[in-house]
Amino acid sequence: MLQSFKLAVNSIWSNKMRSFLTMLGIIIGVAAVIVLISIVSAYMGSIIDSFTSMGANKINVFARNMNSRHITENDMYEFFDEHAEWFDGISPSISVTSTVKKGNESLDQTTVTGVSEDYLKIDGSDIQYGRGIIYSDVAGRSTVCVIGQYVASELFDSAEASLGESLKINGRPFTVVGVLEMKDEDSFEEGGSDDFIWIPYTVAITMARNSFINSWVLTSSDTDYTTEIVQGLKDMLFKHFKSTNFYNVNAMNSIIKELNTQVGTLSVMLGGIAGISLLVAGIGVMNIMLVSVTERTREIGIRKAVGARQGVIMQQFVIEAAVTSMLGGIIGIILGAIVTKSIGAAMDIDAYPTLAAVLISFSVSVGIGLIFGYLPAKRAAMLNPIDALRVD
Amino acid sequence: MFGFGKDKTIESIKKKIDPNLPLIEMKHIYKIYITGSEQVYANDDVNLTINRGEFVAIVGKSGSGKSTLMNIIGALDKPTSGDYYLGGVNTAHMSDDELAIIRNQMIGFIFQQYNLLSKLNLLENVELPLLYAGVKSSEREKLALENLEKVGLREKYKNKPSQLSGGQQQRVSIARALAGHPSLILADEPTGALDSRTSREVLNFLKQLHEEGNTVVIITHDNSIAVEAKRVVRIKDGKINFDGTSEEYASII
Repeated sequence: MLQSFKLAVNSIWSNKMRSFLTMLGIIIGVAAVIVLISIVSAYMGSIIDSFTSMGANKINVFARNMNSRHITENDMYEFFDEHAEWFDGISPSISVTSTVKKGNESLDQTTVTGVSEDYLKIDGSDIQYGRGIIYSDVAGRSTVCVIGQYVASELFDSAEASLGESLKINGRPFTVVGVLEMKDEDSFEEGGSDDFIWIPYTVAITMARNSFINSWVLTSSDTDYTTEIVQGLKDMLFKHFKSTNFYNVNAMNSIIKELNTQVGTLSVMLGGIAGISLLVAGIGVMNIMLVSVTERTREIGIRKAVGARQGVIMQQFVIEAAVTSMLGGIIGIILGAIVTKSIGAAMDIDAYPTLAAVLISFSVSVGIGLIFGYLPAKRAAMLNPIDALRVD
Repeated sequence: MFGFGKDKTIESIKKKIDPNLPLIEMKHIYKIYITGSEQVYANDDVNLTINRGEFVAIVGKSGSGKSTLMNIIGALDKPTSGDYYLGGVNTAHMSDDELAIIRNQMIGFIFQQYNLLSKLNLLENVELPLLYAGVKSSEREKLALENLEKVGLREKYKNKPSQLSGGQQQRVSIARALAGHPSLILADEPTGALDSRTSREVLNFLKQLHEEGNTVVIITHDNSIAVEAKRVVRIKDGKINFDGTSEEYASII
């Protein structure tokens, strides 16, 4: 056995160029499998992460309210109170198309949203200065607002100095009562994640053209309730609308679950496609081994003449094929890891070769050597010593 | 794993070998090749007995069937029919692997083309039969060096065959043939590729091996080589048509 390894290494070493070219197929195949699987799972992982950071326990309700069929604020709050154990918070989410002004400064892309007192908790944001929207603001329809870092930096001297100052939304004056912590350094720009203003939803209704609340955000107390909540909301909405066409309930948790399944499928599919290149590489190994057997017919004849049995010859060639593709596999894994890391760095995601990808591609490459080496080895072992010795 | 190392098959075949029986006993050996619709009798009812310690030349022109006979004697091939007892063991119905063991344990080959492995050095070449016999590495090296010493090439044990002259290469192949202490030394045209001076050297070597008690069989087409042996067997058209001492043979040619 050890002897066969020694022979295999010698043979590979004495045909460096040919062995390398044979390995190249395996190297590229293995590297491709590793890079594709690792990059896809890292990239999708980062997408899932960003969904999760948006709140895995969020449930969005959209309704197309009409005068004849609609859902009211009271209906929603009643449902919320009935199933208090399921929920953590509830808030309408009323988008107001608006221009924000302070003196001569104006912002056009700022997202102005009418929210409830629960919204700070639902959004998962933190107050930097001042306070959030509170119940009395909502009940008293106060013209107060909570602003994002970008708004504060554009319209005021500093975040702290903006407290108590006023700004105009569609010409209506609002007093700044709170500033939120920065959400995302990378999108600190107009229309970015820090360019927003929250106002009490009761005020927002009066500013929006629609007198109904079409969009709600709820948070569950536990993601385990997600399925029941979604079903409960749908049942309730159906009672009001008598048709499934006018409303929509989305749970972030189910979206993430769905994404996860799709990522898995995608990885397997891409890995499979890259795996085809491994199959091609395996045929390359077989081809070279057949050439090697033909070239070494005389050697095989001599070995058999002095007493090598079929098994030994067989072993020698199978091990040679397996060692070739194993070396190719190892180089491929290293190459794949390097490429994965550099692509990951370029795409700014944390990509690393997964253990599963490494193990699978390594065992596949050794397996290819064994399988595709078998036929040439069998041919070598079955050679008749007399015929083999007669070859020049 | 399979192949290397002593195993039961080797031991059971060795056990059957009877040192009191003739080394070679061929009974009604036929080797028939079918080419198209024609049957060619390469060996046609060959009966031959060679005892231990004999020095025999098998002589014949090309196409006489002597190479076929040598393949059967060397257990490289099986007869179409007939029985071949090597040390009392009938090899006529053995499998490929069993024949490999017989060759490994009982026969030392010396070929016209030397048949050394070009990628291995002299030591590794001589070790080869011992490797397949499952001899331990340290023991292999010792035996191989002893035999290289015997043919006067111990110092060159690290060289590759291509670095040697033809005569030296043939001496390496003799060392390889001797390494496993075979019962039979089978030389196929051992001087065919050599000039007359080195041929003489190799012949003297074979004679010396015979004097040391080895059984030596030479296959040759050359009568002048054949008469160097003690006994000559001539093959013609696949049949033995002369079997006698070399003196008798010298008198008829």
